[in-house]
Amino acid sequence: MKRVLFALPLLVALIIGGFAIWGLSGGRDPSSIPSVLISQPVPQLALEPIAGVDTPGLTTEDFSKIEGIKLLNVFASWCAPCRAEHPILTRMAQEEGLTLVGINYKDKPEAAAKWLAELGNPYEAIGSDYSGRAGIDLGISGVPETFIIDEDGIIRHRFAGPVVGDGLTRFTEALDEVRK
Amino acid sequence: MIRSALLALALLAGPAFAVEPDEILSDPALEERARAISANVRCVVCQNEPIDSSNAGVARDLRVLIRERLVAGDTDQEIYDFLVLRYGDFVLFNPPFKPSTYALWLGPFAILFIGGIAVALTLSRRSRKPVTKDTRLSTEEEADLAKLMREDTTK
Repeated sequence: MKRVLFALPLLVALIIGGFAIWGLSGGRDPSSIPSVLISQPVPQLALEPIAGVDTPGLTTEDFSKIEGIKLLNVFASWCAPCRAEHPILTRMAQEEGLTLVGINYKDKPEAAAKWLAELGNPYEAIGSDYSGRAGIDLGISGVPETFIIDEDGIIRHRFAGPVVGDGLTRFTEALDEVRK
Repeated sequence: MIRSALLALALLAGPAFAVEPDEILSDPALEERARAISANVRCVVCQNEPIDSSNAGVARDLRVLIRERLVAGDTDQEIYDFLVLRYGDFVLFNPPFKPSTYALWLGPFAILFIGGIAVALTLSRRSRKPVTKDTRLSTEEEADLAKLMREDTTK
């Protein structure tokens, strides 16, 4: 009994240390918020197209109509990281058989149109969310954010931040998980 | 005169609020409810700040949204439910008591209980030892002491 008691502090230290190591390793981000939308269908959206852009607007029905895996990218022309991830998302849409749809978040239509004309428009549909209400319905905290939506229109992954560098690696892993 | 005027100005200056004048509702009762709810909702951008004091864009949108729903006649609970449905329990500074939060709510009490048991055990063990004890020195110790005292005085 005595011997067990002597080992107790060591055991407690090992448990706390182990928890700390677990918490600090594996690229876990304590500030990342788990999305409640995972495994849920896309919330009700009925967004108008951007004025002056030919791409159609975005509704929830689109996600069940379009076949295959869809990426829903929330972007804005005023957002610099969106500019950084744009060519990568464009390449994914062109080469990997993914359908890219967008939500233009709190953006002036003219600015968005100019941005798309300059950088190219890889989106099948873009909904204009000038008020930011669709952003709240999707539970976003800022732009850019990209959701991976499967064949059945179910949200499988929420990715906050630009899909570049380390982010691209993590995003690709999440995408492979959905493709399985 | 100038000094007292400056002092009066300094006293008048309150802390800066994030809630902007155009957000405030004309009905003071509803506004008070909105403030109370906002103070309990976490900003998802600057995560340790309530939306009531955050200047982030999303925080402002949520404040406006809460006020709109209050005007539309929602109860406080309906507003919390609306937010939790979109952002999860994470947005509440006061998380609900349910299986996934048992550890959070009960953990401190469990640790206090274990600590209490440890203290009780230690104290009960200590009191079992004989309280009265022979505190006089043995003859051997007396001899040693006398020797030491002698050495000290001869120096």
